[in-house]
Amino acid sequence: MTEKVNVDVKLGVNKFHVDEGHPHIILKDNPNMSEYRKLVNACPAGLYKLEDDGTIRFDSAGCLECGTCKFLCGDTILEKWEYPRGTFGIEYRYG
Amino acid sequence: MEEEAFDAIIVGAGLAGCVAAYVLAKEGADVLVIERGNYAGSKNMTGGRLYAHSLEKIIPGFAKEAPVERKVTKEKVTFLTDDTGVTLDYHNGRSQTSTQESYTVLRGDFDQWLMAKAEEVGAQFITGIRVDELITKDGKVVGVNADGDELMANSVILAEGVNPVLGEKLGMVKPKVNADAMAVGAKELIELPKEVIQDRFNLSDDEGAAWLFAGSPSNGLMGGGFIYTNQTTVSLGIVCGLHDIGSSDKTVPQMLEDFKNHSIIKPLLEGGKLLEYSGHVVPEAGLNMVPKLVDDGVLITGDAAGFCLNIGYTVRGMDLAIASGEAAAKAVLTARENKDFSAQGLSSYQTLLEDSFVMKDLKLYKNLPAFMETPRIFNEYPKMVADIMESMFTVDGSESQPLRKTLMKHCKEVGYMNLIKDGIKGVTAI
Repeated sequence: MTEKVNVDVKLGVNKFHVDEGHPHIILKDNPNMSEYRKLVNACPAGLYKLEDDGTIRFDSAGCLECGTCKFLCGDTILEKWEYPRGTFGIEYRYG
Repeated sequence: MEEEAFDAIIVGAGLAGCVAAYVLAKEGADVLVIERGNYAGSKNMTGGRLYAHSLEKIIPGFAKEAPVERKVTKEKVTFLTDDTGVTLDYHNGRSQTSTQESYTVLRGDFDQWLMAKAEEVGAQFITGIRVDELITKDGKVVGVNADGDELMANSVILAEGVNPVLGEKLGMVKPKVNADAMAVGAKELIELPKEVIQDRFNLSDDEGAAWLFAGSPSNGLMGGGFIYTNQTTVSLGIVCGLHDIGSSDKTVPQMLEDFKNHSIIKPLLEGGKLLEYSGHVVPEAGLNMVPKLVDDGVLITGDAAGFCLNIGYTVRGMDLAIASGEAAAKAVLTARENKDFSAQGLSSYQTLLEDSFVMKDLKLYKNLPAFMETPRIFNEYPKMVADIMESMFTVDGSESQPLRKTLMKHCKEVGYMNLIKDGIKGVTAI
């Protein structure tokens, strides 16, 4: 209907304190692809990306900490899901 | 019990947590709130609209001093297809009592205010510290481990939000709630001059609009779109059920983008500036997902307990969170008086909730989540209403049909039986 959304631009206005070197979400080495595709659709931050060549790309840095991926796919995809350490992660200035 | 143990440690400085702290501290209890964000509200977002009644009972007249945005006087509900919209518009110019009012809010400011209120009456807060695990002794929760520090308490109130990591570890909340029970929300906060918002939404000073949309915003899946007007911002968002998301041909961020560009919405936001993009999970299964609420030394409140009501034309969570925080605090006060923090000693939490609107309303609407799964609500019906309107309002010189025939034609497309079935199901679920 409209142009393809660019979520990264939207995330760019947010305030994040990224905990460099300590990702709070870690994917499994070979995640189940049909489960992964659910997250391509569901993640509000669009962090679960699927490249044109079929490879997956994920970065937890723009995470909104909503838990959708954990609820939806749990350990079919995730090696680890925890909240970022104190002070780190998304900081809503408005909410 | 150790001398230095808190009466209660509360995990999470959202509404449930801050209210519990306020009620406990006001009665002289020794209470500590631990929040992983840098300030109360920094991890929280809402659509959002707060129904005042539950907080009004705890802090009468709160809206006069709290950073609320606008008092809701306009309610709109729209059936939306990709290129049409049929809207029901209700303006309430009648005076309301303080417990009937509702306000648009932004949680960053609001939660900080509530935390300050609790601090005023003696509650202690630590921010920027994550509670990593609960400390249990002989099956009873006796404290928390937060960033390497062990802090002991007679009771722990879990107000950790919709993703209750600690409640799961404890086994009180089922670790993988069926995705049917959950929806995901995404929201943009868009800045516009105050006068522009008031002009475009036909509002007077401090009056606000709450506007819900069913149909195309969630791409035909369970869910919808929303707009809430704030002082100088508009909250625009969508909520989409998770259970069928895999089959959607649109991503959630794309749904929001398309909704924002809908011909009804776009002119309302023209010239606006994006201030923040947020996301959240909404517990939507109502009574069906409420976990074990109380155990030895521990209580679960708010979103963590699944306290949320989606009735289609209203969505509630914050007023339930506030009431559950208050009930948890009262149960801890009773336990403190009787020096019994066992599940039995804290069981008045369950009773207080049962006797309050929280469990009564959850019970009343217990069949609604299943009804909301009916895909026709989000596909066929918005289209049917739009088609009827189009027939009624289009004059092109072709021979007119009696209105009943027009209506029947469009109803037939959905199916009379479906209409009757969904009508009965819908009416009995509400």
